[in-house]
Amino acid sequence: MSYDLIVIGAGPAGMAAATTASTGGAKVLLLDDQSTPGGQIYRAIETAKDAEAAILGDEYMAGQPIVRAFRAQGIDYVPDAVVWQVSEEREVGYSSGGRAKLISAPWVILATGAIERPFPIPGWTLPGVMMAGAAQTLLKSSGVAAEGAIFAGCGPLLYLVARQYLRAGVNIAAVVDTTPKANRMGALPHLPHALLRWDLLAKGRRWISEIRRSGTPLIQNATALKVIGDKAAQSLVYKTADVDWREIKATHIFLHQGIVPNVNLSMAAGLDHSWDNRQLCWRPLTDAWGCSSVSGIAVAGDGAGIGGGLAAEAGGQIAAIGVLSAVGKLDAQASRDQARRPRAQLAHEHHARPFLDAWFRPASDMRVPNEDTTIICRCEELTLKNIRDTIDIGLAGPNQLKSFCRAGMGPCQGRFCGLTVQELIARETKRPAALVGYYRLRPPIKPLRLEELANLAIDDLEGDDAGQDR
Amino acid sequence: MSGAYDAIIIGGGLLGSAIGFGLARQGLGCVILDEGDTAYRAARGNFGLVWVQSKGIGKPVYADWTMGSAELWPGFAQELTERTGIDISYYAPGGIEICLSEAEFDERAQKMASLTGHQNGRFSHQMLDRKAMMERLPGLGPDVVGGSFSPHDGHVGPLFLMRAMQRAFVDLDGVIRTDSRVHAIKRDGDGFSVETPGGTVTGGKVVLAAGLGNKALAPMVNLDQPVYPLKGQVLVTERMAPFLDMPTTHARQTGEGTILIGSSQEDVGFDLSSGPEVIKRIADRARRCFPVLSKARIVRTWAALRVMTPDGIPIYDQSETMPGAFAASCHSGVTLAATHAMTFAKYVADGHLGSELDGLSAGRFDV
Amino acid sequence: MFKRLHPETDDEITFDFEGTSISARPGDSVAAALLVANIDTFRETPVRGRPRGPFCMMGACFDCLMVIDGEANQQACQILVSDGIKVARQLGAAKIINDSETDDEL
Repeated sequence: MSYDLIVIGAGPAGMAAATTASTGGAKVLLLDDQSTPGGQIYRAIETAKDAEAAILGDEYMAGQPIVRAFRAQGIDYVPDAVVWQVSEEREVGYSSGGRAKLISAPWVILATGAIERPFPIPGWTLPGVMMAGAAQTLLKSSGVAAEGAIFAGCGPLLYLVARQYLRAGVNIAAVVDTTPKANRMGALPHLPHALLRWDLLAKGRRWISEIRRSGTPLIQNATALKVIGDKAAQSLVYKTADVDWREIKATHIFLHQGIVPNVNLSMAAGLDHSWDNRQLCWRPLTDAWGCSSVSGIAVAGDGAGIGGGLAAEAGGQIAAIGVLSAVGKLDAQASRDQARRPRAQLAHEHHARPFLDAWFRPASDMRVPNEDTTIICRCEELTLKNIRDTIDIGLAGPNQLKSFCRAGMGPCQGRFCGLTVQELIARETKRPAALVGYYRLRPPIKPLRLEELANLAIDDLEGDDAGQDR
Repeated sequence: MSGAYDAIIIGGGLLGSAIGFGLARQGLGCVILDEGDTAYRAARGNFGLVWVQSKGIGKPVYADWTMGSAELWPGFAQELTERTGIDISYYAPGGIEICLSEAEFDERAQKMASLTGHQNGRFSHQMLDRKAMMERLPGLGPDVVGGSFSPHDGHVGPLFLMRAMQRAFVDLDGVIRTDSRVHAIKRDGDGFSVETPGGTVTGGKVVLAAGLGNKALAPMVNLDQPVYPLKGQVLVTERMAPFLDMPTTHARQTGEGTILIGSSQEDVGFDLSSGPEVIKRIADRARRCFPVLSKARIVRTWAALRVMTPDGIPIYDQSETMPGAFAASCHSGVTLAATHAMTFAKYVADGHLGSELDGLSAGRFDV
Repeated sequence: MFKRLHPETDDEITFDFEGTSISARPGDSVAAALLVANIDTFRETPVRGRPRGPFCMMGACFDCLMVIDGEANQQACQILVSDGIKVARQLGAAKIINDSETDDEL
């Protein structure tokens, strides 16, 4: 089977890209690591009933038409497929059902979405401490919630999930907000433009007042957090500008301080990335059609820069129109015309973004810890001190650091320490984070069994000299 | 005048770090000029074998040099650990090459015999049949017919080794300058001046230890370093409980528990191809050797560019027209680290290379 | 602790967690089912032997690694429950020899 396009990820960007490309006459394969389409944002949307709709809200239900359109198109779709490699030659390696395959196509769209920003505070590795996104995943896919939990951090998702909990009738011990007060000044210049999306800003205010009305303690301006516990989380202690350490008991603590593009695949594929100082993250360099620096590879959705579900949908459509044009299914004029509507949607979704990014910019003390014993690399269990001791040899950057102390070498491959390590090196060596750089990532971006590699099925890559060594 | 440093080492990989440490421990004031963080580094792809068996077959000079380094290794490892407190995971329980066919076994036996022959009893080995192999290695597969064992072999964490050498170097007041790719080397009185993006560095001696970069640098001091890259692939698993204490050329378990899978750098008959076919073949061979690893999770694969010379053995030279300028190129930066630090660095400090390196000059390529 | 929002629906699946029978629903990940059963600690780390549990629930952090049907290093948040599976905490690094003695992969 030969495809014009392989799409990776079945969130809004991936589904929209696949639907648009397939509608336009391209032969499309979509690979996704979940068992149903939706991505993180619209996870389990197909089975959502009225009860879930009431709890999870309109933002979630907006995924339903996207999934329906995708299903209706009858696209070749492999769920439970873990993509572990995309090469610059567009060889896509994935595992499904214990078998690994390698397949290539003239075009690949990466729609791998976002992950939550690391939140390296003391105790963040204890059982019971999870990301707010994890709480939401449990809510969406299993209708499961933790009674008496704490939500701590900053960013819209924190409030969204807290509100979903309240709507589900689940008590929250407290919401502890770490949004720095000082951010307000920086956000102000972006406010006039953001007012174009007054609806979003109003929605945010509604969430907060809903939380207040519920009687849930809302602590603002928290400047330091620690999770206390020996074998598991027992409480969260926090400090604000006004009060010294206070303790709130809870066995489940959900942390969040924004989401960042999930760049492991795009980096391992060799795409050029740039540091986004506004969103404090790396993003692949893309043109107006989502095309990356590597020929035949485009990126769409939050993986190309955080914009949210509806922006991702538009981005997926635009990238697919670009592919249709590149493979000769659309002429230049038609592709420009067809892209007009999604471009307008994208612009609409981005109006409030600079304001939100500035308002919810996580505090530097929450991004890089100050206590020697705080774990930075969860996999290799390296503390701030371990990493600082390595930096002071006078090393060149994160890759030398990685090789010297194994930070980022565990199975998560830097997803939960990369940004911290980068900013720590920047702080210690007094260099801008952009110049410090990031781990060089290599496939497989997710672990796979030795036997899967040994049995790798290679789908007639233009491997002219295959077998020459035998 | 000789400049600010006694010696400038160009290259901060395993080779440059070993020589730098070796010079600094003799009291020389040194600077290592290193590239940036994303510089290509052979060290990062090193398999970590301290390996004697089959090195220098038919080339006694190299066999002796390798054996000498293996003999220095225990003391070298101890000194590094004492100086830095860094555990470099050095173990020398001997090492095994696994053979998966009678043909492989016979070829191996012949090679080992030849090495033992020209080493005058200095090198010893045993060919092991399947039964003897089962006694030494756990979890071997049915395809394993036998192998060769050498008591001189061992392994070490190559990246911890590099870190320890650099730590020791810095503790001895050595200076490491990163982002210092060298553009030019010029004679400057009795010494040298070396131009980098960050300015000119001057020193009495200069040592070229820049791996593949040596090819372009060597002519600047009237030397020839005809090196070229040779690609090799390595796979690594997640940390596993200890199971394999003896290193083999196809798999070895590191001190932290990960298992490295690949073809070792001493393997002759290098695989010139690359890409998924090669990874598949390496994975298949490892699984045939150790079926118990079938479900082990591979967390990373990487391609390492080895620094190869036309005959596959190292090159060491001092410039005749610019004495004080040295060059070293090799693909066995781990095995030879001990002798680079303890022997070669002495020669550099003394200003002349020992006679055992006579056969390792690039002059051997001139016809 | 975690609870179901719809306790009225029946659990249809049972599986084994270290000798205890756990009930779950179709669509639950192993991680979700264990959390509802009040099990928060899924493994002990290989380096320091510290307890860990699910953290990201989206397959990114690898903190929910468990031994499932005898195979180690499996992400409990990514694997859906099915009837009769055997789940155990992963204590330290994955064992190679003990778990694979009956290997018949070849």
